[in-house]
Amino acid sequence: MTGKLNTETAFANPDDFYDALIEAHRGLSEEQSAQLNAKLILLLANHIGDLEIIREALTLARGNA
Amino acid sequence: MPRFAHPVFEYRRSADQDSPRPAPHKVVVVGAGLVGLTAALDLAQRGIPVLLLDDDKTVSVGSRSICQAKRTLEIWDRLGCAAPMMEKGITWQVGRIFCRGKEVYNFDLLPEGGHRFPAFINLQQYYVEQFLLERLREQPAVEIRWDNRVSGIAPREDGVRLTIETPDGAYDIEADWVIAADGARSAIRRLMGLRFKGRAFQDRFLIVDLHLPEPPFGRRGPTERWFWFEPTFHPGDSALLHRQADDVWRLDFQLGPDADPDEECKPERVIPRVKAALGDAFKFEFEWLSVYKFQCRRLEKFRHGRVLFAGDSAHQVSPFGARGGNSGVQDADNLAWKLAMVVKGDAPERLLDSYDAERGPAADENILNSSRSTDFMSPKSKVARRFRDAVLALAESHTFARRLINSGRLSTATVLDFSPLNTPDRDPFPPAMRPGSAAADAPIRQAGRDGWLLDALRGGFHGLYFGDDDTRHLPIPVLRCDPQLDRDGLATKRYDGRPGTFYLFRPDQHVAARWRSLDPAAIDAALRRATGKA
Ligand SMILES: Cc1cc2nc3c(=O)[nH]c(=O)nc-3n(C[C@H](O)[C@H](O)[C@H](O)COP(=O)(O)OP(=O)(O)OC[C@H]3O[C@@H](n4cnc5c(N)ncnc54)[C@H](O)[C@@H]3O)c2cc1C
Repeated sequence: MTGKLNTETAFANPDDFYDALIEAHRGLSEEQSAQLNAKLILLLANHIGDLEIIREALTLARGNA
Repeated sequence: MPRFAHPVFEYRRSADQDSPRPAPHKVVVVGAGLVGLTAALDLAQRGIPVLLLDDDKTVSVGSRSICQAKRTLEIWDRLGCAAPMMEKGITWQVGRIFCRGKEVYNFDLLPEGGHRFPAFINLQQYYVEQFLLERLREQPAVEIRWDNRVSGIAPREDGVRLTIETPDGAYDIEADWVIAADGARSAIRRLMGLRFKGRAFQDRFLIVDLHLPEPPFGRRGPTERWFWFEPTFHPGDSALLHRQADDVWRLDFQLGPDADPDEECKPERVIPRVKAALGDAFKFEFEWLSVYKFQCRRLEKFRHGRVLFAGDSAHQVSPFGARGGNSGVQDADNLAWKLAMVVKGDAPERLLDSYDAERGPAADENILNSSRSTDFMSPKSKVARRFRDAVLALAESHTFARRLINSGRLSTATVLDFSPLNTPDRDPFPPAMRPGSAAADAPIRQAGRDGWLLDALRGGFHGLYFGDDDTRHLPIPVLRCDPQLDRDGLATKRYDGRPGTFYLFRPDQHVAARWRSLDPAAIDAALRRATGKA
C-alpha cells in the first residue's frame, strides 16, 4: 500500500522520541494513560490535518495492532 | 579446540614491604581489569613508570565482557595488542532481531569498507586481559603486584598514601597519582565515602556460557548477534545469543524480577531452557552460569584531586549495548596521555579536569542508552509494554518502527562535544569529524607500503594536512594527505579534505581543531587549549 502516510523514520533520534513518550506516562494509572493517549492522538491528528493520511494510519493501526 | 585455562600469578613479596618509610611511586593503578591494564599499558608506553596492584591472582573469571568494539580495538592496536585479539576473536557486525519466532529487523553496524577493524569482535574478557597482560610484561616500566589489595587510602593535596593488604600483612606506599580502576565495587570509592548514584533495574537475567562442539543454526552458525523478543522457546521475555571464541556461546535469558537466583542457576533448570532455545540435538557443556541484576550508576566527579576513577569504579551500565568495558577503555585512552603530560611537567594539573569534563558526559550518554535499552526490554508499566508491543507489531512492515526497537544501542566512540579542550570550528565544515570526534580510520599508502591512517597518528599530537604549504616549522609532525597517501580517496572523503584543510589530533586520536587553511598561530593556540594551558 503506498499512500501519503510516511512510515519511514522521520525522527533524527527515534530513541529520544520514544523516551519522551514513555516518560509522559510515568506515574499514571491505566485509566489516566488511556486518557493521555486519546488526547495525544487528537492533538496529533489535528496537527496533521489531512483526513486521507489519518484514514491510512487508522487502517494500518487496526490491521496490525 | 583448546579451552581457556586460567593462569595463576603468584604473590611475591616486594622490597616496599620492608621499607622503613612508605616507598614513593609516581603512578599507582589499582585494579588489573580491562581498564587498569589498558591505562597502565598506555602510561608505560608514554614513558611513565607504573605500579599496578590487583587483589586477585588471575584474569577475569566468569561470564563478563565479550563484545569488544571497533574503537576499543583501535585503542588496543595503538598499544600494540590488537593482533592476537583479532586472531582469537569472532568478528561480527550484523545483528538480527526476532519477535515471536519471526525475524523483524536486522542491522549492519559497519556497512562501509575501508576500516581496519570490524564493528565488533566477540572475545571473552579473560582472553582480552591475558593479551593485555602479555603486552604489559614487555614494559620494563611496569611492576605488577598480585594479591595486593588496597584497604586504605589517605589522599592529600600533593599525593596519596595507600595501605595494601597482602598474605604477609599490610604495608603502605606513597603515590603521586592514583588511578582507581578497581571495578564496580570499588574499595577506593567506598573508602573515600563517595556516592555512586543511579538506578537499579529489578529484572534478573540468566547468563549461560556454553561450550558447543557442534555450532547451532547451520553448519558454521551465525557470527551475528541474535536477539529475541518473546521467543516461543522463552515466552513473555527476551533472549540474546552471541558466539565467542573456542566454540563458546552465550545465551542470555531475561527472567523477570521475581526469579530466584540460586534456583535459576541449577543445571536442571537451565538445561531445559537451553534445549528449548537450541533444540534437543545439540551436545553442550556449561562453561559458566550466573544470574545478574543490572545497574546504571556513576560518580558525580571522576577526578578527586590526585585520585582518578576510571571504568566500572566511575560508572556502571547494564550490558545491553556493550558499553561497560568499551567505555572504560575509552576512559583509559582519555586519561593516560593527560596524566603522562602532567607527570612529565608538560602540562598543568588542570588538564586532568578535562578528563572529568569529557568522560562524565560520555558516561551519561552510555547510561542513557543502556537504560533505554533495558527499559524497552523490560517495560516498567502496562502502557509501556503496550507501546513496546505495538512497535514490535508495526516493525514487520514499517521501517519507522524498526528504528524504535531497542535491544541495545551498541557502543561507539563518544564524540567529546563541548569539551574545554576543543577549538570550535571557525571555518565551514560538515558535522562529521567535528572537534571532539575520534579519528576515523582510512587506508593509506606510505613509503610504498599500505597501512592505516590511525597508525600514522600514534604518540603525541599530530596534524593531517590536505594542502601544499610548508609545514616543517610547525611544532608537531604533520601527515600530508595527497592522492598518493590517500590511495582510495577515503581519508579525503571522511575528513571532507578540500584543499587547504588541516586537522589537529590529540594523542588519543580525537580531533582537537580543524581549519580550511594552514594557520600556524591558530594551531599554536589550539595546542595550548588542548593541553590545558589556555
Ligand atoms: C554479564 C556481563 C556482560 C558484559 N558484557 C560486556 C560486553 O560485552 N562488552 C563490554 O564492553 N562490557 C561488558 N560488560 C562490562 C565489563 O565486564 C565491565 O565494564 C569491565 O569489566 C570493567 O572493567 P574495569 O577494569 O573497570 O573493572 P573490572 O574488570 O571489574 O576490574 C577491576 C579489578 O580490580 C581488582 N580490584 C578490586 N578491588 C581491589 C582492591 N581493593 N585492590 C586491588 N585490586 C582490586 C579486581 O580484582 C579486578 O581485577 C559485561 C558485564 C557483565 C556482568
